Amino acid sequence: MTATAERKPAGGRKIAPRVDMPCQPAGERIRNFEEVALGYTQQMATEEARRCLQCKNPKCVKGCPVEVPIRDFIGQLAKGDLEGAYRTIKSTNSLPGVCGRVCPQENQCEGACVLNAKGQPVAIGRLERYVADTYMALDACDHLSAKLTCPAVDPELRVACIGSGPASLTVAGYLSARGIKVTVFEALHEVGGVLVYGIPEFRLPKSAIVEKEVQALRTQEVDFVTNWVGGRTFSVDDLFAEGYRAVFIGVGAGLPRFLGVPGENLTGVFSANEYLTRVNLGRAYAFPDYDTPVYQGRNVTVYGGGNVAMDAARTALRLGAESVRIVYRRTRDELPARHEELEHAEEEGVILELLANPVAFHGDEMGRLTGVTLQRMQLGEPDASGRRSPVPVEGDTYDLPTDLAVIAVGTRPNPILLEATPQLTLSRRGYIEVDEETGETSIPNVFAGGDIVTGAATVILAMGAGRRAAKEIRRRLKGGE
Amino acid sequence: MPCKILEKERLIPGQTSKLVIDAPHIAKKAQPGNFVILRVCEKGERIPLTIADADPERGTITIVYLVMGKSTALLETLDAGDSILDLCGPLGRPTHIEKAGTVICVGGGTGIAAMHHIAKGHHKAGNHVVAVIGARSKDLLLFYDELSSFCPEVLVSTDDGSFGHKGLVTDLLRQRLETDKTVSEVVAVGPVPMMAAVAKTTEPFGVKTTVSLNSIMVDGIGMCGACRVSVGGETRFACVDGPEFDGHKVDFNELRQRLAAFKPQEKLSYDHHCKCTCAGEK
Ligand SMILES: Cc1cc2nc3c(=O)[nH]c(=O)nc-3n(C[C@H](O)[C@H](O)[C@H](O)COP(=O)(O)OP(=O)(O)OC[C@H]3O[C@@H](n4cnc5c(N)ncnc54)[C@H](O)[C@@H]3O)c2cc1C
Ligand SMILES: Cc1cc2nc3c(=O)[nH]c(=O)nc-3n(C[C@H](O)[C@H](O)[C@H](O)COP(=O)(O)OP(=O)(O)OC[C@H]3O[C@@H](n4cnc5c(N)ncnc54)[C@H](O)[C@@H]3O)c2cc1C
Ligand code: SF4
Ligand code: FES
Repeated sequence: MTATAERKPAGGRKIAPRVDMPCQPAGERIRNFEEVALGYTQQMATEEARRCLQCKNPKCVKGCPVEVPIRDFIGQLAKGDLEGAYRTIKSTNSLPGVCGRVCPQENQCEGACVLNAKGQPVAIGRLERYVADTYMALDACDHLSAKLTCPAVDPELRVACIGSGPASLTVAGYLSARGIKVTVFEALHEVGGVLVYGIPEFRLPKSAIVEKEVQALRTQEVDFVTNWVGGRTFSVDDLFAEGYRAVFIGVGAGLPRFLGVPGENLTGVFSANEYLTRVNLGRAYAFPDYDTPVYQGRNVTVYGGGNVAMDAARTALRLGAESVRIVYRRTRDELPARHEELEHAEEEGVILELLANPVAFHGDEMGRLTGVTLQRMQLGEPDASGRRSPVPVEGDTYDLPTDLAVIAVGTRPNPILLEATPQLTLSRRGYIEVDEETGETSIPNVFAGGDIVTGAATVILAMGAGRRAAKEIRRRLKGGE
Repeated sequence: MPCKILEKERLIPGQTSKLVIDAPHIAKKAQPGNFVILRVCEKGERIPLTIADADPERGTITIVYLVMGKSTALLETLDAGDSILDLCGPLGRPTHIEKAGTVICVGGGTGIAAMHHIAKGHHKAGNHVVAVIGARSKDLLLFYDELSSFCPEVLVSTDDGSFGHKGLVTDLLRQRLETDKTVSEVVAVGPVPMMAAVAKTTEPFGVKTTVSLNSIMVDGIGMCGACRVSVGGETRFACVDGPEFDGHKVDFNELRQRLAAFKPQEKLSYDHHCKCTCAGEK
């Protein structure tokens, strides 16, 4: 627990310091794939909940993309009403156990919390996680007790979701709770999108959290069909021909970008998506018990500065790398990853190679990666947007030995469905254009949301988009408000 | 959704088998050049295999595989009546087929089966299909009868001369190109060195040459880049931009090197498999 002195906010009431969350010790956790953060105990959660000022005009809620009634759920929790707190969160957020773990709270609710002025916002994410985990554990067979009040699902009112990431899961949850039959088609063999193939087990446990949420949807009669590829196994037109009344496209933005520098196709250079998919979806951390292999690196370099780069770097450490460096072209202050991930990565021994940009990879006569040349960068004058962009320091390059390089510099839209559905209007950047209010695409009754509309963003924004589209779909299928 | 194996034929016992699988949703959409990704069991790896034939009426697809390592060895333990846990497809861009005259379809080893579907497509489009197939010896030659049933010409080469021409498929191909100026396209499917040799053979004749690349794949839907290949100096993803590319532009050396990326792990996995199956736990 941090030994920050107790603070007095403007009101005069004494506010205790934020309650830290227990974690597996860094030295231990880099040898396993179990979850790093262990979650609050009941006592910690109550103590933290009591720090909330119950503001009349809660700023936190405005910081939340789906406007979870944060003040209210924290109030209920402080009074020991766990079920009430859970229902309050669930009223706008269908995946609280996930969001409590992966949302960038510092830019959202916690960033907006009045107590943030003193750098000690209420730990909203940790409380959300506590409520979700505890509620699920208490009432495992039917943690969606709200289900009892759900109308029976009408088999005639059918809606299809393409892709099974958080956007589609939200659509499925919202509509199935309102009596609409949803079928989710997923190209991969597991359901969950980035939540299963991208975000590692040590940050978001698959069977304990994601699979439970999916199971809850199954009890609401949502059907999941895996290994079905929109644009290959079936088309959007096929779905309407089969009687679906509306279609939601949530296929994400998973096509990896590469750097376009020499040597990038050497063996030993991977996209973060390949590296993480092998480990998460393929369970390569349990190779050879599981069949999917992952490349072993001794000196690993990871390129990029977001959550994806952090996840790749921390995965490499756990797979036994001797050194892991994150190569990023700006400074620490600009790193876009969640603060907690950056902190955890540094605790675990990930080295930040800042103000550096790769210019070439080098290999041996067998085509295997052996090293990289980096260009030293500096921050230039602020541009029109006020952001200082990195510029090369003329003539200042240096070499690093590396036998495994992971590229995490962003993604582009998943191509297959878009190519197979030319009637969809795309933006200049190649994402699907939708009506901002309804999420409808240029094809009537075809909706889209999540990364395939916004480009790589966040779980909660994908969920927000799913909810918006789901509301409109419900209105069209069932009428009324 | 598990898919049931309806028939299994051991084409070369212990080495190569053909499976006819019940998969109406894939059969309905499968076109020449497409492939599937499958996973044999819960702990299995996703591996790509070409759709060697499809019967939309019966709702089946056919795959032919060579036992290479762990996953194909595991597949080989399945029989008619068993199911494949995950089967996803059809993937990849279909072969570009138009009526163009004479098309030579070259196949080597297991690639002959994969080439069969493409040859059939060209035949249906009204092209004069010349199949040129090769193997080490007569008993290792696949799909001779299937190809003979619709190709007006099937030319065979074997390394040991036990059937047809003694030598390589490229010998037959060169002879043909020297005498026949009506050839509009050459398609080659087989081991990387064979496809590279075919591309080299056709280059002086300036004949369009299409090769089907078997790079390592993970998702098969364009999300990982494992399958990336260099074509004309540009990086392309074999699973969504291919697997067929202009053979004269492919960097075969890079492909060969990338295919060896996981050699040590593949051996470990195979040995692990043999240990487990010998101990009876499968
Ligand atoms: C490594 C990593 C770490 C991240 N960390 C965080 C974090 O900490 N916090 C945060 O908020 N966000 C994080 N993100 C971003 C977040 O995961 C995404 O913004 C979010 O998952 C997008 O959701 P989605 O529903 O749009 O699609 P996705 O989650 O991308 O799911 C799309 C699904 O559609 C499937 N699909 C694609 N094409 C087809 C097709 N043709 N037919 C059928 N199915 C198809 C895909 O296989 C996939 O399962 C991270 C992303 C990655 C990659
Ligand atoms: C589009 C495409 C179509 C293919 N069609 C056929 C076919 O019709 N019949 C057939 O016998 N083979 C085909 N292959 C090759 C087949 O996928 C591999 O032989 C198989 O994955 C080997 O797996 P394994 O575990 O048995 O062997 P491993 O021990 O894993 O590897 C043996 C060899 O297979 C290659 N390989 C390993 N994993 C993969 C992977 N995930 N993707 C691709 N190659 C890999 C390796 O380079 C290695 O040389 C095709 C490959 C591609 C990309
Ligand atoms: S802004 Fe902070 S203190 Fe105010 S209600 Fe929200 S969480 Fe509580
Ligand atoms: S196999 Fe993953 S992008 Fe092609």
